[in-house]
Amino acid sequence: MTMIEILYFAWLREKIGLPGERVETSAQTVMQLIQELSSRDDVYALAFADPGSLRVALDQELAEFTSPLSGVREVAFFPPMTGG
Amino acid sequence: MFAADSRLTLQIQQAAFDPGATLNAFQAAHPGVGAVVSFTGIVRDEGATLTALEIEHYAAMTGPAISAIAEQAIGRWQLAGALVIHRYGRLLPGETIMMVATAAKHRAGAFASADFLMDYLKSRAPFWKKAFSAGGSEWVSAKAEDEAALHRWSDLP
Repeated sequence: MTMIEILYFAWLREKIGLPGERVETSAQTVMQLIQELSSRDDVYALAFADPGSLRVALDQELAEFTSPLSGVREVAFFPPMTGG
Repeated sequence: MFAADSRLTLQIQQAAFDPGATLNAFQAAHPGVGAVVSFTGIVRDEGATLTALEIEHYAAMTGPAISAIAEQAIGRWQLAGALVIHRYGRLLPGETIMMVATAAKHRAGAFASADFLMDYLKSRAPFWKKAFSAGGSEWVSAKAEDEAALHRWSDLP
């Protein structure tokens, strides 16, 4: 089990009701982390219902849902970006 | 601010800025170039229905993500300088959201690199916009064509 910081942005932050949280997890990949969160509470299950509509960054770098979490300290979930 | 490359000027801020003065200072800082191109993004009023735009960002990632994009542009088009200013927070219609400027030897490089920067900032810089109107608020969704626009840069030399 390792401690990681999870951050949520935009509508995901609103759906979950938190800007972020520290969680203890044994998830090996981003997808496993999503599954772990989703099994914790319906709020997460609903927010993560369509992972294809979300993006993930590991330690501030864009990553894939299959990316491993080993050594990662910060995981951020958010909708596709709308800069500019 | 976050820039490791001295050719890059990067500011992520809440405060308003003067695009004209910024552009003049940018040009003055890059003597010897033949071309400066700039783009200014402004909050649309959407036919007078929009009351405000709220821009959220991922502060720890914004600087590094934009630096990485700008460094690609600087290297690819041999820019003498690049400037990116992007605001966050609550903005009103007509306010300047962001600005990009590039300085190169010739106009082709200045235009292309500014275009490249805008395409990448749209889909790869961690900003999210929420539009407020009399009827409520709504997160602005990313457009498929914005994502598609990135592909054209890998097809070019």
